[in-house]
Amino acid sequence: MDQGAEEKNVLGPFEYVVWFLGIILEAAVVVCAIIKGSFRRYLALNLYMLASVLVSLGRFKTLTDYGFTSSEYVYFYYYSDLLLTIGLYFALMSLYAHVFKEMGEGRYVRFGSLLLLLGTAVFSFGIVQQSSDRILSRFVVEVSQNLYFVGLVLTYVLWGAMLKLRETRTMLIQLVLSLGLYFSVFAASYALRNLFPSLHGIWPFLTPISGCLLPLTWAYAFIRLHENARLAPGRLAVVPR
Amino acid sequence: MMAAIIFAFSTAALLQFFVSYCRSLIAASARTSLSPEVQDVIGIKQAASGEDFARVMQYLHLCPERREDRNRVQAIATYFRLLSFLRSAIVPIVPSLRAWTEHERSQCAYFAAVALDRRIALSRDMLAEQMTA
Repeated sequence: MDQGAEEKNVLGPFEYVVWFLGIILEAAVVVCAIIKGSFRRYLALNLYMLASVLVSLGRFKTLTDYGFTSSEYVYFYYYSDLLLTIGLYFALMSLYAHVFKEMGEGRYVRFGSLLLLLGTAVFSFGIVQQSSDRILSRFVVEVSQNLYFVGLVLTYVLWGAMLKLRETRTMLIQLVLSLGLYFSVFAASYALRNLFPSLHGIWPFLTPISGCLLPLTWAYAFIRLHENARLAPGRLAVVPR
Repeated sequence: MMAAIIFAFSTAALLQFFVSYCRSLIAASARTSLSPEVQDVIGIKQAASGEDFARVMQYLHLCPERREDRNRVQAIATYFRLLSFLRSAIVPIVPSLRAWTEHERSQCAYFAAVALDRRIALSRDMLAEQMTA
């Protein structure tokens, strides 16, 4: 939770507007996917967005019942954030499955991703055990941060594989790049928080705006791009191939 | 130390994803030809140059916005600013980047020209609808 925001027990109009904008965009992703017939094809992504909408509504209920600085809200926020991050991790794995589908390597991808998820949890638990007495709450924060970074690395690897395999599906490319943008923004902002804890004034603005990035770009991909649209992957590499 | 490494890696990855995302947006418009009217108005026949971008954006802001391309235009404008920053700050140190930044800037200008073309077509359609109503 942002230290600056903890000083007050209510949210301002800006926070509410960005929060509801985020909920609307998350719902829009699912609606756009259903309209375009991509809901089942990208089921994990859409389930993640549905879960995000439900979690946002749950957070709003907790906020109105207990207040912004209450421990109930803080616990609900971080535990739901952890679950959503794990959900996004599985959404990423489904994108891996799409890319490697034709190679028949889906089984290994699933096994590898589960192993990595468990490894991240154990690693985070190990760090927290050494440094805190409030082990469970710190564990949730630590594992969320690490999962964002692991998610970023995995998305980076997937993007590299897509360039190597000359993936041409425009929708898949934009979904993966959007996810990469999202993970990098969150991983960078978590790291920045650790480096400069005194910068707490900017997080109440930066975090919700960053949260809108993923639903905005996914909704765009679902509604504007045709499933069969193709583009040359060589055009997208930062270093021309 | 760990946070610094994560921050450096994340920022580098963010830049790379952002560049690739913008290029995926631009790639779709690169295959679109400009209408003769827009070619005459903005003076771009085949290839645009980075210097055209600001002028095309001025024309773009004069036209009614299309909701579908608002965010894309903003993303590409940010990308163009990033490229302009690279050109002024990094290219003097790494001259080999000059050709790449110029090519990317020209692609941004062409993207803006295609967006302008679509907005003019939309305005024309709206006018035609009003005339018939």
